Amino acid sequence: MSVLEVRDLTIALPRYADRAQAASRVSFSVARGEILCLVGESGSGKSVIAQSVMGLLPRNLPVTGGAIVLQGEDITHASQQRLRELRATRMSMVFQEPMTALNPVMRCGAQLDEVLREHTALAGAERRRRILDIVREVRLPDPERMVESYPHQLSGGQRQRIMIGMALLLEPALLIADEPTTALDVTTQAQILRLIQDLQARHGMGVLFITHDFGVVAEIAHRVAVLRLGELVEIGARDEVLKRPRHDYTKMLIGSVPTLKPHARPADGTAPVVLATRGLSKTYRDRSWLSRHRDVPAALDVNLEVRKGQTLGIVGESGSGKSTVARCIVRLIDPSSGAVVIHGEDIAALPHRRLQPMRRRVQIVFQDPYRSLNPRRKVLDAIIEGPLNYGTPRAAAVLRARKLMELVRMDPESLDRYPHQFSGGQRQRICIARALAMEPELLVADEAVSALDVSVQAQVLELLEEIRERLHLAMLFITHDLRVAAQVCDHVAVMSQGRVVEYGPAAQVFGAPRHDYTRALFEAAPGRHFDFAPA
Amino acid sequence: MYTFIARRLLSTIPVLLVVAVLIFLMLRLTPGDPAAILAGDAASSEQIAEIRKSLGLDRSIPVQFGIWAGNLLQGEFGRSYFYKMEVTQLIAQRIEPTLALATLTILIAVVVSVPLGVIAAWRFGGWFDRALMGFSVLGFSLPVFVLAYLLIWLVSLKLGWFPVQGYKRLAEGFWPFLHHLVLPAITLSVIYIALIARVTRASVLEALGEDYIRTARAKGLPEARVLVRHALANAAVPIATVIGIGIALLIGGVVVTESVYAIPGLGRLTVDAVLARDFPTVQAVILLFSFAYVVVNLLVDLSYVVFDPRIRY
Repeated sequence: MSVLEVRDLTIALPRYADRAQAASRVSFSVARGEILCLVGESGSGKSVIAQSVMGLLPRNLPVTGGAIVLQGEDITHASQQRLRELRATRMSMVFQEPMTALNPVMRCGAQLDEVLREHTALAGAERRRRILDIVREVRLPDPERMVESYPHQLSGGQRQRIMIGMALLLEPALLIADEPTTALDVTTQAQILRLIQDLQARHGMGVLFITHDFGVVAEIAHRVAVLRLGELVEIGARDEVLKRPRHDYTKMLIGSVPTLKPHARPADGTAPVVLATRGLSKTYRDRSWLSRHRDVPAALDVNLEVRKGQTLGIVGESGSGKSTVARCIVRLIDPSSGAVVIHGEDIAALPHRRLQPMRRRVQIVFQDPYRSLNPRRKVLDAIIEGPLNYGTPRAAAVLRARKLMELVRMDPESLDRYPHQFSGGQRQRICIARALAMEPELLVADEAVSALDVSVQAQVLELLEEIRERLHLAMLFITHDLRVAAQVCDHVAVMSQGRVVEYGPAAQVFGAPRHDYTRALFEAAPGRHFDFAPA
Repeated sequence: MYTFIARRLLSTIPVLLVVAVLIFLMLRLTPGDPAAILAGDAASSEQIAEIRKSLGLDRSIPVQFGIWAGNLLQGEFGRSYFYKMEVTQLIAQRIEPTLALATLTILIAVVVSVPLGVIAAWRFGGWFDRALMGFSVLGFSLPVFVLAYLLIWLVSLKLGWFPVQGYKRLAEGFWPFLHHLVLPAITLSVIYIALIARVTRASVLEALGEDYIRTARAKGLPEARVLVRHALANAAVPIATVIGIGIALLIGGVVVTESVYAIPGLGRLTVDAVLARDFPTVQAVILLFSFAYVVVNLLVDLSYVVFDPRIRY
């Protein structure tokens, strides 16, 4: 018998939504001991389906048809009371953001204890023993200390382990994992995926694993279900779906996954150097008036070079210092020491007045397209603001904005709309147009495609490539995603703990990594041993 | 942490100094002569000059300030012109009713408003929420004295549940004491209920949108526990802040309420002392209020540590 059976599940969307249903007649099942991956892009309805199983949907997303059957019990319209009894005991859920999914003002042990208090009649000592057992089982070091800790004292990976422990405390038959590794660094992600696999195998539970990442699917899935705009377009065994996809949408998605093989474009070693950093360092001083100050180096002795028409990728995990370097180069923050040479001029210590003319030479595109455009200004104003500041006549700036919109393949007529009227991918195109309006020589892309769906990501990457080629831009591409780096970079610098640990031509770094950290990073990339269907 | 407390307490010194200078100057630079008031309508200008001399008001303002500040440093707040007794003694007599009224007011306000705010947030947009928001607008806009007379008319005169006016000391028994205090405290608490309920609602509402609430529900916890242990606990910092502000604002409210209900507290004392141009009393009471204000703020800041383990001083 399957642990979970979802039959013809239909979930309505509020009237003002872009489509009528969040999920339309979706059917799948999860067998005991099986991991089913529910894959889809944002808006595909995958999280809504997961929450409907748990009965956690808000009132404005009602289940209007079909059935959800958990271990033979139809829970589609179960009472809140019954759902509460089932949660944590027969079905559990792990969420995407370990940073926010735990209550910040409660000790981890107390949050685990709540589950036992609510669902069992165990005595205090027994509860504590169970808690320490599960903390050990999710392989957290020093369990005694872990249960006494508040969430903010733990790392993202540790918090996610606590979440997983909480979910598995009462050995539920079904575990729903909603993008549990998306917010984690790649090496941590690899560990958590392995942990989920091990626990699943040991306890024989069914796992409904929600993800947008085909690399993760390749690592963990037994079977795969692909969702598109609330409809299930394809379901089957992992190798079947990933290697021989039948539906066009699946083919397109899998084709959009960047490969880990670097492109083979030859880089011209004689092109002029646009940007060079020498000994660039940024140290934050942890001031506390009691103890002596502590220096926290965010970037140490970084030496990089970007030539005209070429792309340098800075790859690293969170906290590696890659964004710090980008921000120093753009002078959004002031470097502590070292030089940032742009076209022969060191801007690292220029006073703000003299920096002003240099600003337009370097432009940056940020990660989150939803927050990097002022929501109260029209797109046109966002694009022409910079040129106007530098004295371009308005008419000329508007004309250029229209041309740029065409360059980023957007309709120039949409210039007088507001940011919220665009999708994430379109907003990122607008951000790129805004950066290009300044006619920069160096474009810094700080995780510029990380927040985008894989198909949109592929389009934006293609666009960036095209622009670099047409405008002969130098590009600094900051990313945590090795696949993306392999796609676009001519040279790659791998950063760890503020230092560049490996730096060289992309083919060399990807083909024969020398540093242990680089190797570990590549080893952790999900799905790296898997041959996806060719695009 | 302890150094933080020490530093904050030290920083009250300049604050109090500024307050002392300001209140001293304000009293002396505004019209009104305490000697003339003390002497009465029939007094001759010689008699008034005599009194002025005996009070030391004939000296220059800097000298007067020097004497007062010097006495202050020795713990001497001076003698009241009007009541003819030590100001410290006077305050000691009057502080009980004010403290009692303020404490009961805040107690009522917190006990009533926090649950109201939580329920309104939980049932966001429902009839309860809308009713509470409507009430809070009313609570903000109704002047304390109007509400006071309204309540006296209804609850005391018509229903006869509570005494109209007056105060019984705690020493005369707890129930009479409470019986006399309830109506003034309710009157005064209405605006704070409105204020704290609104802030509670807003910050619980924000907490309810957080991921850990979803986690708590996914654990199968009952709604009451989700609301209190997870939402309210995370909403505590802004609520504590507004309660602190409430206590500080209370000082102003106490003045009116004590006058209407004829309670012999510090509020009444301040009004009477200002009208009588009783400089030493006004100065001492204002200094005391400012000190209380600073201490309340410090306590609020310290309470953050209890409510949020991420905050460390």
